[in-house]
Amino acid sequence: MVPLSWYLVLAAALFSLGLYGALSRRNAIAVLMGVELILNAVNINLVAFNRFIVPAAVNGQIFALFVLAVAAAEAAVGLALIIAIYRTRNTVNLEDADLMKG
Amino acid sequence: MTTLQMLLPELILLIAAGVVLTLDLVTNRQINDRWLMGLSAAGFLAAAVAAYAQRGITAPLLGTQAIDGFATFLKVLVLLGMVLVVLSAAEYIRGYGRNQGEFYTLLLTAGLAISVAVSANDLLMVYLSMEFLSINSYILAAYLRGDRLSIEAGVKYFVYGAVASGVMLYGISLIYGLTGSTNLVSVAEVISRQPTGPSMQWLGIASVVLLMVGFGFKASLVPFAQWVPDTYQGSPTPITAFLSTASKAAGFALLVRVMLVGLIQFSGGWLTILAGLSMITMTLGNLVALKQTDVKRLLAYSSIAQAGYMLIGLVAVPQSRLVVLPFGSLTFNGINGVLVYIFGYLFTNLGAFAVVIAIENATRSTALKDYAGLGRRAPALALLLTLFLLSLAGIPPTLGFWAKYYVFAAAVQINFLALLIVAIVNSVVGAAYYLNIIRYMYLMPAETEEPIKASPALNVALAVTGVMVLIAGLVPGFIIDWANRSVDFVTRL
Repeated sequence: MVPLSWYLVLAAALFSLGLYGALSRRNAIAVLMGVELILNAVNINLVAFNRFIVPAAVNGQIFALFVLAVAAAEAAVGLALIIAIYRTRNTVNLEDADLMKG
Repeated sequence: MTTLQMLLPELILLIAAGVVLTLDLVTNRQINDRWLMGLSAAGFLAAAVAAYAQRGITAPLLGTQAIDGFATFLKVLVLLGMVLVVLSAAEYIRGYGRNQGEFYTLLLTAGLAISVAVSANDLLMVYLSMEFLSINSYILAAYLRGDRLSIEAGVKYFVYGAVASGVMLYGISLIYGLTGSTNLVSVAEVISRQPTGPSMQWLGIASVVLLMVGFGFKASLVPFAQWVPDTYQGSPTPITAFLSTASKAAGFALLVRVMLVGLIQFSGGWLTILAGLSMITMTLGNLVALKQTDVKRLLAYSSIAQAGYMLIGLVAVPQSRLVVLPFGSLTFNGINGVLVYIFGYLFTNLGAFAVVIAIENATRSTALKDYAGLGRRAPALALLLTLFLLSLAGIPPTLGFWAKYYVFAAAVQINFLALLIVAIVNSVVGAAYYLNIIRYMYLMPAETEEPIKASPALNVALAVTGVMVLIAGLVPGFIIDWANRSVDFVTRL
């Protein structure tokens, strides 16, 4: 059987990639994709821990389902906001969102 | 009490949100917005009363929520604050015309999210309530859809919020792996059985740091507060008032409960991190606030600094617990400091923003230079703003003085002098920019002498906050007693 550590390493790698993407990308859509990677890393962690640490309960799997649902809601609002900013200034580049400084 | 009775505040908010949304829909948006405002304010008030009726009760609820003194205190406080937000929002939002039904509905659901957050006793609930609050707040921040600043405020809030909540969630998944549970009480039990194992120590600190990103984002602690100035400045002003008070109180409640109930065994680790964050937060907030020329932005930096002071209370708790006395009978146990601080800060800041809204409604400006000569143009508003600014600076006999007194005294009690000195120096720096606004209002000549009048609803909000800040500052006994009785969940540890 695949040991727990493999899942954790995969999740940690996904998390790091996602965080790097979210912090380094200028495009708001790309940031959102980075966030989705982070959330998938979390889901792998939750399900793997559930399977290996407390196989009798299903808390971790239920938590992962909640994360999926909330991520969908968050993406819906986030994309709506990105569309709104695109309408006001024809760009989704976050560096151009600089009306306020100081 | 049955489960339904204990959920009464939340149920009232849910029903009020449904009623407001439905009324707006079935009347085809023709309903007078005063009805919507009145209904929302009544809903919040009823929920606050229902929450107040639960004081003195300590009970777990459905395994994921906890009804206790701490939760009840914050629930009542935040819901009263939301009444004031609704009252001060009415005229401002009417000025922008459309979609007022959604505005009040979102405020009600945001209030519901906070109400769930302050009693969240399970990491799943912590995540859900925080995300529920965030999603509502993103929309509210970007509420003025045609306004470029408001959209920018919403997008920035969303981008930081999405990343912060993802990082926090990774921390939660590590704690789940460490303990096999998401309930804060069982998490603490598992950790205390084997607190020194290498995986506990390493993963423990890692998860604390990851969690701190999420809570730091909500409670606006530096370095997770880059969104604060822009979002506060660009959002509709009533929403800025909401974000800087009720939403921040929710972040603090989550931070306090998760750290003290779930992760108290790791306090050696998080104590240092939080003390550091507290110092950086107040110093940076105050220094940058000094050179601001927009009152909304200035209050944003001031609210960052205030979060730093508030954190002192939490930092003082782990060492205060080592004192032999029963924790609840300590005069300054840190938690009562946090509660008194949130109480004082909430009413003071809501009052200050109510004045800013009144002036913005009349002049369409939040620039500091437009506050010149306010002492003559609007003597009552200027006097109230002076009171609120003195309270933010912590000058007696205002409520803000007692707030600072209780957290600073907690730092004295545990002999954390470095933190105390940084905090006191910061209070002096803070007083400089608060007094600068007062100087503008009374000593600078006005461009016009046209008087400024506030709407009736706004006047109610101003009167309530003004009376609270002054009267509760003169006779703080009731609030301090109540805060002292609300530390039960820490004494049970």
